[in-house]
Amino acid sequence: MIVFDNVAKQYPGGYTALDGVSLKIAPGELVVLSGHSGAGKSTLLKLIPAIEHPSSGTVWINDQDVSRLSRRAIPYLRRNIGLVLQESRLLFDRPVYDNILLPLVINGHPPGDAARRVAAALDLVGLYGREKEYPAGLSGGEQQRVAIARAFVNRPSILIADEPTAHLDPAYAAEIADLFKSFNSAGVTVLVVTHDAALFRQWTPRRVILAHGRLVET
Amino acid sequence: MRNWLYLHSRAFKQAFARLAGQPLGTLLSALVMGIALALPAGGYILLDNVAALARGVSGTPEISLFLDSGAGPAEAALIEDRLQSEPELASFRFVPREEALQQLENSGLKDVLDGIAVNPLPDAFIITLRREDPALFEALSARMRDWPGVELVQLDSAWVKRLSALLELGRTVVLVLAGVLGLTLVIVTFNTIRLQILTQKSEIEVSRLLGATDRFIRRPFYWFGSLQGILGGLIALAAVWGGIVVLTAPVAALAETYGVMIVLAGPGWVESLAVIAFAAFLGWMGAAISVRRHLAAV
Ligand SMILES: Nc1ncnc2c1ncn2[C@@H]1O[C@H](COP(=O)(O)OP(=O)(O)OP(=O)(O)O)[C@@H](O)[C@H]1O
Ligand SMILES: [Mg+2]
Repeated sequence: MIVFDNVAKQYPGGYTALDGVSLKIAPGELVVLSGHSGAGKSTLLKLIPAIEHPSSGTVWINDQDVSRLSRRAIPYLRRNIGLVLQESRLLFDRPVYDNILLPLVINGHPPGDAARRVAAALDLVGLYGREKEYPAGLSGGEQQRVAIARAFVNRPSILIADEPTAHLDPAYAAEIADLFKSFNSAGVTVLVVTHDAALFRQWTPRRVILAHGRLVET
Repeated sequence: MRNWLYLHSRAFKQAFARLAGQPLGTLLSALVMGIALALPAGGYILLDNVAALARGVSGTPEISLFLDSGAGPAEAALIEDRLQSEPELASFRFVPREEALQQLENSGLKDVLDGIAVNPLPDAFIITLRREDPALFEALSARMRDWPGVELVQLDSAWVKRLSALLELGRTVVLVLAGVLGLTLVIVTFNTIRLQILTQKSEIEVSRLLGATDRFIRRPFYWFGSLQGILGGLIALAAVWGGIVVLTAPVAALAETYGVMIVLAGPGWVESLAVIAFAAFLGWMGAAISVRRHLAAV
């Protein structure tokens, strides 16, 4: 359960990115978040894994007040949240394989099991056989898929994605949407930011729309 | 436990890869550290050699009582009687001048002595005391000096004491040197780790987003600092051994002119391990301080 309770966020400098946002997302829900550029979508997502902290109001995740988590506890929260940020944030000094492996290493997975999971993840995003390549040699869409594989390889219960299909052609975008839907069907709470209104239409997801930092439709 | 080992071996490999990834920088840092450590380590070894030499030359402090060159067996017997009645003596031994000459010849000075026709040495008594007490030494030697037939009373302990005081001073200097230069080593590591953190910035950020704990992120840097310290320690040891190899021949040649045999001893296993452990500790400390100071900013 993800709960935003009257959340506001001002960035240093005073810009108000979110204002009075209250939102409940039930476990296993599929939520599509949209809104104009600068509406505060990325900001809203970043509050969930405590990358940003609310200026006022509270974000609850599974009955835990995120802003009250100690510095030591935040990593364990993040391990349970698959994250695809707007900028792919891959590590360009190592091959695709090691990029996808990283969350498992951080989580202390036994190497054998980790290798199987990485292989499965590569397969799911259609990059099997390309694990030795470096991110710099991949297209924007392929990089995005590596980031997606990295986000779910640890089997988180919450998956958050910021424009995961931004650099993909429509056919691939639909495949990625399928992928997110399949995680969701397996019980994962999925929150996706996208401009593409058509993308998840066939599953009639819950749609949340932000404008100027306020929710206009929940 | 297995997981802990796995995480450490991974951090170790990562640190090793970073070291190996920039061999020139690694070599330069290790050289700076090695030279900084070689000075106190070399000083320590030098003092050790001098101390060993001093121990070899004189065991327990002794009093040498030299007789007048004109004194004969009668005077010697008289002195022996007086010594017998001194309660504080542990032992005494009469060394006739012939024996003294023989000893001197055996110690390698035969060539020198062969040139001298007459035995220049006096008869002597070598005396050891029950307890090592400078006041007792002084009182006794003052009394003995007035005995008839006594030419000279010499406290062999005087130079031993002076030497041991010098050695003590030397050890203090070595300690201070080790402290100051050890600080250099910490600073060098501090700085390399700072640069490491800058170059690994994106990895650190991404790892944090993926749920890495501070410990997970710090671990490779600790290993890096320790490994670099160990490299520095090895270079220091190599430098000390190099110094010994270079010095052995000239020192032996010099000693030979005095008829003494000197074999320079290098650092033993314990000393070597101590140098490496000390270097590893300093590297670790530099890393720890640097990580504490710089990771928060990433
Ligand atoms: N770190 C920051 N510091 C200051 N202002 C910021 C920061 N991040 C975002 N903002 C501002 O907050 C507002 C909301 O930004 P946010 O990234 O949440 O928008 P968005 O809805 O994701 O937009 P887009 O669709 O372009 O990605 C923007 O006006 C942006 O300039
Ligand atoms: Mg955004």
